Amino acid sequence: MTDNVTTLLNSLPQLWEGIQTTLILTIAGSIGTIIIAIILGLAMTSPHGWMRIPARIIVEFFRGTSLLVQIFWLFYVFPLLGVELDPLMCGIGALSLNYGAYSAEVVRSSIKTVNPGQWEAAIALSLSPARRMIRVIFPQAWALMIPSLATLLIQLLKGTAVVFFITLSDLTDKIQQLRQSTGDTVFAFTVGLVIYFVIAWLIQELMNLLERQATKRLGRRRPNSRSDRREARRDARAESKREAGATTVPGPSSGNVGYGGAL
Amino acid sequence: MEKSFGKTTVLKDLNFTVAPGERVTLIGPSGSGKTTILRLVMTLEELTGGYIFVDGEPLTHTEKNGKRVELPSKTTRAMTTRIGMVFQQFNLFPNMTVLENIIEAPIHVLGRSKADAVAEAKSLLDKVGLADKADEHPTRLSGGQQQRVAIARALAMSPEILLLDEVTSALDPELVGDVLGVLRDIAETTDITMLLVTHEMQFAREVSHRVMMFDGGQVLEEGPPDQIFNNPQHERTRTFLSSVQ
Repeated sequence: MTDNVTTLLNSLPQLWEGIQTTLILTIAGSIGTIIIAIILGLAMTSPHGWMRIPARIIVEFFRGTSLLVQIFWLFYVFPLLGVELDPLMCGIGALSLNYGAYSAEVVRSSIKTVNPGQWEAAIALSLSPARRMIRVIFPQAWALMIPSLATLLIQLLKGTAVVFFITLSDLTDKIQQLRQSTGDTVFAFTVGLVIYFVIAWLIQELMNLLERQATKRLGRRRPNSRSDRREARRDARAESKREAGATTVPGPSSGNVGYGGAL
Repeated sequence: MEKSFGKTTVLKDLNFTVAPGERVTLIGPSGSGKTTILRLVMTLEELTGGYIFVDGEPLTHTEKNGKRVELPSKTTRAMTTRIGMVFQQFNLFPNMTVLENIIEAPIHVLGRSKADAVAEAKSLLDKVGLADKADEHPTRLSGGQQQRVAIARALAMSPEILLLDEVTSALDPELVGDVLGVLRDIAETTDITMLLVTHEMQFAREVSHRVMMFDGGQVLEEGPPDQIFNNPQHERTRTFLSSVQ
């Protein structure tokens, strides 16, 4: 075990390199995912067939084909067509397209979930379609889509492991190397699990923060949030206090009875 | 005008005119098409047949070489700036403060300056008795307060026509009075043309010049409120009025 720890410490610089590759793929992939999701998601809510139908086809295509095959296409087939991409770009591109297609569906359904009354009020005020979307509908849909996007971005993080097949040395690859140098399979893969878990947890925390901000801007809190529960407890306490006050002798002293020894 | 949803025809061969400054109340059982009329005028529903004119100008469709053609959406949107609507469910934008709700359209649709729009919004809030709520989020307000903000938001566009769709139906009874008070004030102090759908018969009697009784997408009878409420000609109107009063 101590040998393992020593090997781990010695291989930390390489592990860190792997983590960096994984992080770059995750962050750039997430940004690409969200951009593609918004473009395709909005296009899918368009009343115009010439926008909606191509977007729907792109989404179904990238959802329906494997991420690995998409990466192979970018890496092995594109050069045959005269387009050379470096492995990192292939990874980011394939991750963005694949998860962007999934997320586009989230964007579309969140926009459709916004109360129709909001659209109607925006039309009644004669806001232009762009203004309607940017100022009224999207900010409300954004709060709805964050939880599902969080799940997809964590999936994306785990999906980055496939870049191993196109010569990139990411976290998974470095873990494999750690396994070879320690000869301890359980140890190496446990380290891998922990590191992936920590990154996923960070993504979740970030998305929770975004969700809190988005719901706060809508003047409400996340359903069943901690502050909701706190408020419910406070109300319950106030209620029981009021009842306690009512059952004791009414009069100027009842307040003191209610507050008990605290006064 | 004519309106059908799929194969169901809600309004057929309906034809009526509202004079500038006139206040008309539409009454009738649910499903009689009265809310649909307001929604058609606000372009929230697609008019499936016929035409709507505002001040002589076509709203959504026009006749060209004997054919009924749809107007460009920009033209229609320019027309709808002259029409305001207040909804049963208020429909304030929760991602904006009360003030932002009111100034959004005057600034971005009418091109007013922000300072003008804010000043106008504040005076409207004052008028509806909510001057201290400008920076609140709508979700923090009671239903009655939200509805008064919604009225201020519609008025901020200086509409020539105001459509009121059961604006008190979603309110607790004790909040109805405030909203009706604001509307009564608007009726008395402005010459905005109003089309109301309401179940508040007393209110309809007080503010409207004309009452139209609808049934099955047709105007069953119409006339001054006194005539409709005191001396209805149709049995259907009588049973309807006795069921709501």
